[in-house]
Amino acid sequence: MNVFVEAFSAALASLNAHRLRSFLTTLGILIGTMAVIAVVSVLQGFSDSISNQFSDLGSNTLTLAAKNDPDNFRTGQINRLTFEDVGALRYKISGIERVAPILRAPLGATLYKGRAVAPQIQGATEEAQDVLGVDTSIGRFLTASDEKNSRRVAVIGTDVNDQLRMPRDPVGEYLLIGREWFRVVGLLEKRGEIFGFSQDNRIFIPFSVARSLTGTFERSSMEVSFTVTNLAEVNQVRERTERTIRATRKLPPGKANDFEIKAADSFVRQFNSITATATAVLAGIVGISLLVGGIGIMNIMLVSVTERTREIGILKALGATRRDILIQFLLEAALLSLLGGLIGIVLGLLTGMGIASLIPNFPPAHVPIWVMIAAAGFSAIVGVVFGIAPASKAAALDPIEALRYE
Amino acid sequence: MIELKGIVKRYVLGDETVLALAGVDLFVARNEYVALIGPSGSGKSTLMNLIGCLDSPSEGQYILNGRDTSALSEQELAVVRNREIGFVFQSFHLLPRQSALQNVMQPLVYRRMSPSERRDRAAQALRNVGLSDRLDHRPNQLSGGQRQRVAVARALVGEPSILLADEPTGNLDSRTSSEIMGLFDALHALGQTVVLVTHEPDIAAHCQRTIRVFDGLIVEDHPNPARAA
Ligand SMILES: Nc1ncnc2c1ncn2[C@@H]1O[C@H](COP(=O)(O)OP(=O)(O)O)[C@@H](O)[C@H]1O
Ligand SMILES: [Mg+2]
Repeated sequence: MNVFVEAFSAALASLNAHRLRSFLTTLGILIGTMAVIAVVSVLQGFSDSISNQFSDLGSNTLTLAAKNDPDNFRTGQINRLTFEDVGALRYKISGIERVAPILRAPLGATLYKGRAVAPQIQGATEEAQDVLGVDTSIGRFLTASDEKNSRRVAVIGTDVNDQLRMPRDPVGEYLLIGREWFRVVGLLEKRGEIFGFSQDNRIFIPFSVARSLTGTFERSSMEVSFTVTNLAEVNQVRERTERTIRATRKLPPGKANDFEIKAADSFVRQFNSITATATAVLAGIVGISLLVGGIGIMNIMLVSVTERTREIGILKALGATRRDILIQFLLEAALLSLLGGLIGIVLGLLTGMGIASLIPNFPPAHVPIWVMIAAAGFSAIVGVVFGIAPASKAAALDPIEALRYE
Repeated sequence: MIELKGIVKRYVLGDETVLALAGVDLFVARNEYVALIGPSGSGKSTLMNLIGCLDSPSEGQYILNGRDTSALSEQELAVVRNREIGFVFQSFHLLPRQSALQNVMQPLVYRRMSPSERRDRAAQALRNVGLSDRLDHRPNQLSGGQRQRVAVARALVGEPSILLADEPTGNLDSRTSSEIMGLFDALHALGQTVVLVTHEPDIAAHCQRTIRVFDGLIVEDHPNPARAA
């Protein structure tokens, strides 16, 4: 142990004696780690914020939707969900807790006191509040009675409220949606953006109202989100649903599903797999840049060994063994690239934070601790690996030759 | 203590072979004070390096303190240099970036000695050569004589059985030379075995025994009348 402490301080002193050169030597490692940490911090911050936004949608939520491939659109034979499907979910499948059909209702522009916006208008029932995890900050959400009585009421998102310059408390105001007047009963909590798309530019109206206003289903489409009673059973429920819906839609055996059952977090998973791929590509680039940095270290260390030949001769004359010299130079190389790595980590963090703060609405940068530890460890290992050649050259010097070296 | 039998040393340079030592027999006893003299290129340094285990002979046998050194590995030779030998060179060979104290501590690093003990011993060794007020000076902040005294302190800090000095006064003026020789005389008086190489008769006159080397052979070996008296 003592030997290492000894060699460690000797290595530090030697690096300190040539500060500028040490810095330039480790620049490759420094820039490599800096780039990695900057990119990882931005990516991770991004991915964290996505996961957070989606965690509101419980993972026990599944969504049934019609599936269409490009052929369907070309031929105009578009698959749609029917109310029988909704009924099947409600009454025929065990293990389902709440069912929230959502009808997209393209009713046209929304007007308020001469201003117009075009939000997404969705027909929904009271269950949507729990199933979609939406909440109101002012007023109330849709109720069973709204649905039963087909009341012309609306729950609006914050973007709608802002863009129409409605009062801070819009409850009781009247909106013209398409050709019908709706009374505002609630304001949704702000949800923010995902990939630059606002989650607040929407209006919920009762499902029954949306259904009667869209009339024919040609221009509208329906999805059904539902929650599973027992999270552990989610896969069984998914299978049961698939079987029952196939039966409801009278799909003959062997015919592919014309619907799909999506988990709410499948998007998050997909996104995470994208980040994982990006990280892997990044790791490759890092590998290459650290390799280049390592070669830089090896070069300068070889020069430095030549320069210090006489010093090595003196140490050998004083009784240093091969191993003593080897450890000293290896530690010097490891320390050099570790320091480069550490500085690179700090600069990378700062760069990531800078980038994140420069882009409006971008989530704050974040680097997991293990990434920093790995980066530091990896740069030290690069130092050791590329220090082997110079260190063995130093260790193998003949004392007499080394002492005579001018 | 030092026993050389039929030592031959050849250097091969390309297809040319230089015979630096052509068959040397030598015995040096404990607490002897020996001067090696002879013209430049006669093989004095080669002989010193062999005695100091910095180099090994092409032929012959070297027994140091009863141990045959030809049987030793590189690693063991390093240990012998560290424990048995103290080297002083003509051009000092101090570590340029380290203080006098650190230079003197360096051989003890290889003894795996604790830093505080090392520091104490090195400071004492520097005090013994009269440099207690220069511990933190770097070599380039010291005069030639002071540098050589640091080198002597470094050679002695590990209490070696033999002090070897290859032209220790070669780079010094006559006043500092006699200071350094005064130091060697004192060390010898305290029981240290000293072997040194010199060109100068005045320096050789400090020793008890003079050995003349010529063309890789010992051609003269006699007690020094001035000192022996
Ligand atoms: N490393 C070496 N390679 C080749 N020849 C050498 C080497 N060291 C010494 N010699 C040769 O050996 C002879 C003796 O050298 P040296 O011992 O240095 O003499 P001195 O110290 O008496 O001046 C010289 O001819 C010198 O050129
Ligand atoms: Mg010589």
